[in-house]
Amino acid sequence: MKWFRRKRKLKPPEERKIVPDGLWQKCEGCGEILYRKELERDLFVCKKCGYHFRIGSKEYIKILLDGELKEQDTTITTTDPLHFDGYVKQIKETQEKKGLKEAVVTGEGEIGGFEVEFAVMDFGFRGGSMGSVVGEKVKRAILRAIEKKIPLVIVSSSGGARMQEGILSLMQMAKTGSALAELEKARIPYISILTDPTTAGVMASYSSIGDIVISEPGALLGFAGPRVIEQTIKQKLPEGFQRAKFLLEHGFVDTIVDRKELRDTVITILRFLLQKK
Amino acid sequence: MLGFVLDFERPIVELEKKIEELKMLADSEHLEVKDEIQRLEKKANHLRKNIYSRLNRWQRVRLARHPDRPYLLDYIKYFITDFIELHGDRLFADDPSIVAGIGKFRDRSIVIIGHQKGRTTKEKIRRNFGMPHPEGYRKALRIMKMGAKFGIPIVTFVDTSGAYPGIGAEERGQAEAIARNIKEIATLPVPILTIITGEGGSGGALAIAIADRILIMENAIYSVISPEGCASILWRDASKSSKAAEALKLTANDLLDLKVIDGIISEPLGGAHRNKEGAAALIAEEIDRFLKETEDFDANELVRERLNKFYKMGIFNGN
Ligand SMILES: [Zn+2]
Repeated sequence: MKWFRRKRKLKPPEERKIVPDGLWQKCEGCGEILYRKELERDLFVCKKCGYHFRIGSKEYIKILLDGELKEQDTTITTTDPLHFDGYVKQIKETQEKKGLKEAVVTGEGEIGGFEVEFAVMDFGFRGGSMGSVVGEKVKRAILRAIEKKIPLVIVSSSGGARMQEGILSLMQMAKTGSALAELEKARIPYISILTDPTTAGVMASYSSIGDIVISEPGALLGFAGPRVIEQTIKQKLPEGFQRAKFLLEHGFVDTIVDRKELRDTVITILRFLLQKK
Repeated sequence: MLGFVLDFERPIVELEKKIEELKMLADSEHLEVKDEIQRLEKKANHLRKNIYSRLNRWQRVRLARHPDRPYLLDYIKYFITDFIELHGDRLFADDPSIVAGIGKFRDRSIVIIGHQKGRTTKEKIRRNFGMPHPEGYRKALRIMKMGAKFGIPIVTFVDTSGAYPGIGAEERGQAEAIARNIKEIATLPVPILTIITGEGGSGGALAIAIADRILIMENAIYSVISPEGCASILWRDASKSSKAAEALKLTANDLLDLKVIDGIISEPLGGAHRNKEGAAALIAEEIDRFLKETEDFDANELVRERLNKFYKMGIFNGN
């Protein structure tokens, strides 16, 4: 069985980089040394093997939107409701290091001339975890989509609920899910774009239930993390488990789309759902 | 008679044993030990109050998981008549870790949904220790929707360490099942009451805990992650669970402070596991109250208030 070329094993999620820096970047998928400028032109997709590097909210705004994002809710900020040891410091350090306020950016923008309510998560900000601020911003984005009668597009990447806000983080799942129920009743289209990785509390609240669910190739998607599953069942997981293709085959993703095709695909879907020429 | 005894319960249990022995002695040999018994009973009562009013968070966690704690099927026996369990999600299978059914509560029709842990080893395995697969959540939603269709109130009982993390669960869309439940239950046009009776384990609990009123029992817990899970992430040491339990603020009083629940159901002194019937009676009172208060419900108003209730949850700065 070993006569075919073995695929390189992907590094565990926490070891993979978010937006490579430096002049050269080694591909995490095939080991190819890539020229950073060229990689950027290729939307951080390896030209040799198609590996999709993890990118942040700023990159997705550039890739998907026609122009700028009219950012909303920039004044709500994270606090420390549980007085959780080290949390305030962690948030402050992450904000300084990443130049971001929280793990999600929300607002209005245009995609192919269609006005949309847009939310994009940042795995680089504490693993894209959802605490009170992320939940509130996503809820408000959903409610604005209803109010403005414009489609909702969410780009997800998250390891789940934020432990440091305890039960309040869990309640953000209820909060965002409730808002999606209203969106459904208002018949507003919701396109959910899953990127590597989207798991746990975010996958189990708003990311997995778009009218259309798109995934980037190779994204890790699921409820429980692979390590937790391995510890529970005490066996190794098969190759490709919980990857985008696995979800597509099991019926939980509508389509897998290369990053380069993402914008055009979203435009085509919007044109269809909004019944525009 | 008492199966499992937690370390901090031991002094009480030992004293109770002594009282029992004295009582038997008094019966069989007609000894005048009444005064002594009375004295010891007073002492036991004092001890109970003392111990159970000062439990730390980790001790609460252990009470919430106590193997003798009443489960949903116990409660059903105490206050539901004409119960018929309904099986299966009509898609894949029946998941015994969630019990769903219909029955009468004091002559009123209600839909009952809840986790069910097993009591014996065999039953524990059959019920997967109360950790549902997607089909469990889909069954719950199916029966809740049926209730909504006929305007029948729903009562859910939460007691799970979490949704099962396994291969089959992922293959069949655990995340999607939980997400769909949250979204669909949020707008079901009938009154919903949730009672957290034991462990409220993260998304696996939340998937059947979207309700108009959320109550928790005095010794139950509700958390985004288990103390063991939290400890192993933070300190790579699951044995620091006690410290993690403190940090997570997962007890009934914590949840009330954080405005995540609407009320606490007190338990008989010494915990629900030491007086199941007493605990059931206290729960029954709350179900009765809820059903009376929502008797003439307006579906639109009910759903609006439910959505707003969850919209308000969370704590942050600014607006
Ligand atoms: Zn490559």
